[in-house]
Amino acid sequence: MIELDGLTKRFGNKVAVDHLSFQVRPGMVTGFLGPNGAGKSTTMRMMLDLDNPTSGSVRIDGKHYRELSEPLKHIGALLDAKSMHGGRSAYDNLLCLAQSNRIPESRVPEVLDTVGLTAVAKKKSKSFSLGMGQRLGIAAALLGDPEILMFDEPVNGLDPEGIHWIRNLMKTLAAEGRTIFVSSHLMSEMALTAEHLIVIGQGRLLADTSMADFIHQNSRSYVRMRSPQQERLRDVLHEAGIIAVESGSGVLEIDGSTSEQLGELAAQHQIVLHELSSQRASLEEAFMQMTADSVEYHAHADHAGWPPPPAGPQWGEQWNQQHDSFTSGTSGPGKGA
Amino acid sequence: MASVPAVLTSEWTKIRTVSSTTWTLISAFAVTAAMSAALCALMNSQFDELPAAEQATFDPALLSFSGMVLGQLAMVVFGVLVVSTEYSSGMIRTSLAAVPQRGSFLFSKILVAGVLSLVVGLATSFATFFLGQALLGDHRTDIGAENVLRAVFGGGIYMGLIAIFSMGVATMLRSSMLSLGILMPFFFLVSQILSAVPGAKNVARYFPDQAGSKIMQVVPAAMNSEPAPYGPWGGLGILAAWVVAALIGGYLVLKKRDA
Repeated sequence: MIELDGLTKRFGNKVAVDHLSFQVRPGMVTGFLGPNGAGKSTTMRMMLDLDNPTSGSVRIDGKHYRELSEPLKHIGALLDAKSMHGGRSAYDNLLCLAQSNRIPESRVPEVLDTVGLTAVAKKKSKSFSLGMGQRLGIAAALLGDPEILMFDEPVNGLDPEGIHWIRNLMKTLAAEGRTIFVSSHLMSEMALTAEHLIVIGQGRLLADTSMADFIHQNSRSYVRMRSPQQERLRDVLHEAGIIAVESGSGVLEIDGSTSEQLGELAAQHQIVLHELSSQRASLEEAFMQMTADSVEYHAHADHAGWPPPPAGPQWGEQWNQQHDSFTSGTSGPGKGA
Repeated sequence: MASVPAVLTSEWTKIRTVSSTTWTLISAFAVTAAMSAALCALMNSQFDELPAAEQATFDPALLSFSGMVLGQLAMVVFGVLVVSTEYSSGMIRTSLAAVPQRGSFLFSKILVAGVLSLVVGLATSFATFFLGQALLGDHRTDIGAENVLRAVFGGGIYMGLIAIFSMGVATMLRSSMLSLGILMPFFFLVSQILSAVPGAKNVARYFPDQAGSKIMQVVPAAMNSEPAPYGPWGGLGILAAWVVAALIGGYLVLKKRDA
């Protein structure tokens, strides 16, 4: 359990973290989401007592970090891929960390095996790729077999196999009852791993919610319909009191009705359909709208309109498929053609 | 609280598992011994050409430590790298997450590295003394002569303290480039030049190296140099005060600043 209470960090006049209060609970993966520059890394550094808060506090299992004797046995953290001495071997880098917290040396080969670095254990860590550096950092976090694990942007620099591996690792660790706190600026990544979500923007708390609620509240769902008898379809919908919006190239978008209702309605009137699909606006889009006002670095001055969601399967859809409760009969565009 | 023996073990592992430790300390030893030997051999052959005043205050023990002017630079590099590679590699965040008590972390590191540099310094000063005396022929002195043993021990302590001073400075500056860029020219040029400039020399004699190296003089005002307002132990005390100041400064920076 990690508890933040009014955590604030100022750099000169700039407020990096602004009165953050939330809890990270055990037994699940908690996602920490925010655009670049939102203050995620600063918050995590303050959790580890690396940066001093301007005000407020962080408690790890009720204690300040500095009060933990042998902190690696309580909390393991991956902050940065580059957090080891490059002139030292992977094994020796882990050994000196283990010794400082009286962790038996036998843990070093164990964690190297867990992250798949056994073959390069004696190699100097400066020869490691970014992905290998991330794995070494994860090995260091796992060294003390801690109850709490923190990962700052863990998938950065990993190849698809590595990303898959770390997602499963986090889920496994959470299933063992550990507290997992993982930051990302990608909603899509969070949707796949996190059960609980904390969103910040410009250092302020924007959301503290379960992933299911976030998806439920933030993603607009609608039904796409396409028909060669479009005029008739519109009339039928109109008679039924259903508002359809034409979104170009003969596609109708309907809010507030399910695809089942609409499909049956069309069948009753013997209208041929080329497409009938329930759609969900992307979580990424929902996240961007939520944080739009607080994005630190805009690519251009004019950001009135976000680009439309990309075609094809939407972010979060995979999550929805895993958690069937939200969707029935989801399909990608073009299925009925 | 972190267990201090555990942190000391960890810091010892850090030091012995990087190659810079080996090459800087071997350089300190080899450069000091080689340069001292060359100067002793030269002086032995040129003794008769020296001015009478220098002949009268000839200090064979001091001469056998003359290579420390260069050898100490390797000790500076050792001291700087021990601390600053934590910062340049990003290891500092990992280290402080493991040992959040910053005082324990810093002073364990400096204790381990300091003891190692004192041991190497003493080995260097004994080796360079005996090598130098062997090359000085008739002008040699003996380890049993008055104050000579003090000078030999003092030379080793001097080298160790210079390394520890550098660790303190590097903890304050947190950068290899900056620390070396300040310390190397200071010890090699600025201090040497200012100590020869009239007016400036009254200040320069309180610099760490100028004051500390007095411990290696056996003959007062050796080689016809100006007498200092402090004795050999007073000089070493001034160096020790510089070391303490650098360590306090380093500790305060580490304690207050974000890692």
